[in-house]
Amino acid sequence: MRIFSAVAMFSLLLFLAGCRQDMHDQPKYKPLGESRFFADGRDARPIPPGTIARDELNDNDSFHTGAANGEFLDAIPLKVDLNLLHRGQERFNIFCSPCHGRTGDGNGMVAQRGVKIPADFHTDRLRSVPPGYIYQVIKNGYGAMGDYGDQIPVNDRWAIVAYVKALQLSRDATLNDVPTARRAQLSGGNQPPLLGAPR
Amino acid sequence: MPQYFSRSANSFARFTILGAVCVLVAVCWLGYLIVRSPYEMMQNVPREQPVPFSHEHHVGGLGIDCRYCHTTVEKSSFANIPATKICMNCHSQMWATSPMLEPVRESYRTGKSIEWTRVNDLPEFVYFDHSIHVNHGVGCATCHGRVDKMPLTWQAAPLTMEWCLNCHRHPERYVRPRDQVFSMDYTPPPNQIALGKRLVSEYHIQSLTSCSTCHR
Repeated sequence: MRIFSAVAMFSLLLFLAGCRQDMHDQPKYKPLGESRFFADGRDARPIPPGTIARDELNDNDSFHTGAANGEFLDAIPLKVDLNLLHRGQERFNIFCSPCHGRTGDGNGMVAQRGVKIPADFHTDRLRSVPPGYIYQVIKNGYGAMGDYGDQIPVNDRWAIVAYVKALQLSRDATLNDVPTARRAQLSGGNQPPLLGAPR
Repeated sequence: MPQYFSRSANSFARFTILGAVCVLVAVCWLGYLIVRSPYEMMQNVPREQPVPFSHEHHVGGLGIDCRYCHTTVEKSSFANIPATKICMNCHSQMWATSPMLEPVRESYRTGKSIEWTRVNDLPEFVYFDHSIHVNHGVGCATCHGRVDKMPLTWQAAPLTMEWCLNCHRHPERYVRPRDQVFSMDYTPPPNQIALGKRLVSEYHIQSLTSCSTCHR
């Protein structure tokens, strides 16, 4: 009987040996994790120069630089449709609106809290800049604004350009710019009237 | 020979056998509860970080979208911890001399990483993918809680397998329209189940509960 209980106790103790976290914490690399192998302690390695990510072939053409033959592109090199504008609106609100504001007049929340107030998009100077100029400002930065090339991929940059152009148009539009079929909405048809619109 | 034990000792002996079994079960049950307790899961415990970064201020106060910093969340398994450069987009100008932000500036000067403490840490035999969840109507706040109200970041969900399966078995209880995924203050409508069932079929959400969905 003694021997039996001793064996039972010992086998119970064996269960404790299972209480380890080896499966939880495996010796493998996870994104932006720690490495004891590399000198800088990072498992994420710097990208070797010249590396091209899939779908991001940057062969230095005008689509990637926003310029051709030393001139900024005068047109957006993508099909501009409602999908692109919606994408541009979404990306603008994520990346640009903190400083530029949702309407582009430069009074975003972060601008109000102390970064250099960005330029108002609705000035003659900025209304007349070509799309390629806006593109390269997003890609390379401008003045106090850092570059957004790492945060915003190429297609999204052009989508934002399209949306910025639409924002500028919207400020300057007259009733004649609105398709006849849509005009009813402006004077309180299917949707609530716009602020300041005649009732 | 006199009797040492009264007759009731028989019942007492039987009860002690029963009692021993009960105690054993209770001890195991208690251990089970402790292992899965919020304390053991470190749920709701704000973690100390090299810089006391406040989501409450950046998300709730300034209204910055999750994706401004967590840039890869829509297309990668990993939501991305922002590069120091992203901090410096604003903090090269704002609070640019604040001692609290010295680790950020030091990282920017030297190229050394800021060593953040991981808050939501899944076991490494679980393969979780942010992009598939975000693109199929699972809101950030559904798992991460109201991050816009966290002065220091904590883990809002228990992250037990039971918790994962609860949604994987009944996705219609939790999915929301895609355009509300990144909204912090979205509240499910009273007809959530009806809406959820519609979204589940519209987004082709499968109720994936086989082991190999997450354990590979």
